[in-house]
Amino acid sequence: MPENKGLLILSKLQLFVLISVFTLFSPVFSFANEPVSEHKTEVKADTTVAHENHEISATEHSAEGHGEQHGEAEEAFNPGKMILDHVKDAHDWHILDYNGHPIGVPLPIILYDNGLHVFSSAKFEHGHAVVESKGNFYKLHDGHIYKTDAAGTIEIGEKKAVMNAKPMDFSITKNVLALLIGAALMLFIFLSVAKAYKTRGKAAPKGLQSLVEPLIVFLRDEVIKPSVGKHYARFLPLLLSIFFFIFINNLMGLIPIFPFGANLTGNIAVTMILALIVFVVVNFSGNKHYWKHIFMPDVPVGLWILLIPIEIIGVVLKPFVLMLRLFANITAGHIIILGFFSLIFIFGQKSLGAGLGASVLSVAFTLFMSVLELLVAFLQAYVFTLLTSLYIGSATEEHHHAEDHH
Amino acid sequence: MDLVLPGLGLTFWMLLVFGLLMFLLKKFAWKPILTALHEREHSIDEALKSAEVAREQMAKLNSDNEALHKQAREERDQILKEAKEMKNEIIAEAKKSAEEEGKRMIQRATEEISKQKQNAIAELKGQVATLSVNIAEKLISNQLSNNAEQQAIIASQVNNLNNNQQAIA
Repeated sequence: MPENKGLLILSKLQLFVLISVFTLFSPVFSFANEPVSEHKTEVKADTTVAHENHEISATEHSAEGHGEQHGEAEEAFNPGKMILDHVKDAHDWHILDYNGHPIGVPLPIILYDNGLHVFSSAKFEHGHAVVESKGNFYKLHDGHIYKTDAAGTIEIGEKKAVMNAKPMDFSITKNVLALLIGAALMLFIFLSVAKAYKTRGKAAPKGLQSLVEPLIVFLRDEVIKPSVGKHYARFLPLLLSIFFFIFINNLMGLIPIFPFGANLTGNIAVTMILALIVFVVVNFSGNKHYWKHIFMPDVPVGLWILLIPIEIIGVVLKPFVLMLRLFANITAGHIIILGFFSLIFIFGQKSLGAGLGASVLSVAFTLFMSVLELLVAFLQAYVFTLLTSLYIGSATEEHHHAEDHH
Repeated sequence: MDLVLPGLGLTFWMLLVFGLLMFLLKKFAWKPILTALHEREHSIDEALKSAEVAREQMAKLNSDNEALHKQAREERDQILKEAKEMKNEIIAEAKKSAEEEGKRMIQRATEEISKQKQNAIAELKGQVATLSVNIAEKLISNQLSNNAEQQAIIASQVNNLNNNQQAIA
């Protein structure tokens, strides 16, 4: 009986996939040769599509100000740009567009340019307006703040590089706000858990405590203790902080609505700082065997010239790879999910029906990817912690262990 | 290209916030949590160990009890056995002494009987002698007229007497 049931489910699934694929591709054949002029009305029928279009049109408008771009391209949906805009950091937290008006949370802009300049990002009007602060003029262009003249001229040099000066930008961007929210959430979780331990003493864990405790015990006993070795207790706070920071922020990045959904752990600056901390901790805790291993490896002296540079590269490469792995995995997850959603609007530009048809498949795939990303969220936090533990372990291990390495 | 270039602002905030977060968590979260966990594990370990010790003691007590029981049973068996042996011994001894007594009595009886017999014989002999003498007297008084016959009778009588005496002796 179970086999029969399994077969039935499989066949249902196959049927679903077949129908979905058919629905997905049917518009390609039927609408592939339709004239472009038809698209405008269809696109406007869908507010969400309009929102994506508005993003484009906002930048196009600013470009139009300089008379460089043609108005005809306004309505085209650019999935690459949409995805990158969502994955990258931003100066305001865009939530959605309604009737062509962006709805979002303006964030504080903090610039250091011969003195602090603090104002709201709403003043930029999404790149339309030039902001005057203490006699200086600033303009938002392609997600960056540039110093301009009163008219807001952006000088474009070779290879489309902007020639304007950039002030030091310490703004509370989308990712900074997400970082603060994540940190606040972590403080809330772990301080209340710590309080629970204090009040409940040796009693069995309860509530939030029993959610967090298995993770802490798993990390301590299965990851950190075996990897780091006997000095593991010294590194527990750092490694636990790193794990839960990555894990919680990964999960928060998967929740699509404000104040979550920022691609924080998929931002190179964040992973860079994490990797930098790992680099500093590993090298500062390295014992004499660790340094001997690098500068006086147990090989004939003639080979030192070859091996020492390799070892030095390895020292830098380890945290560098940590940085890239986390960044790439999380960013890729966000890009894939956004890519599936883009499919809806790509087909929606063809016709409303095609967009709706594609949305069935897109939602199914996005659901699948989201579940996969839940796994990745844990896995990447785990891998980062495990590798950091191993690096610390190899830097602090005693000599006779080090011998086994060669 | 923006995607892979760390922004100055976020780098700064990340360093600040994460550093602060780690400091606060280490001081106010990880330390109490890890200590509490360690203490609880320690106390559970202790409890398990003491339970094990108690269990062992219990088992030891039980086995001690068992040994005592066994010993008592053995002692009882021993005592019973000894009592049985003693009984048998007593019975055997009594039997033996009774037998001996019986034998002795029989012997005494036989001796008595033989003594009585001797006495009876002796008495009988005496009576026979008296009777014989009486008879002889009578005979002698009858036959003394005939000398020859007298002689013959005396001789035969004496002879008979001798024979009789020899037979009795």
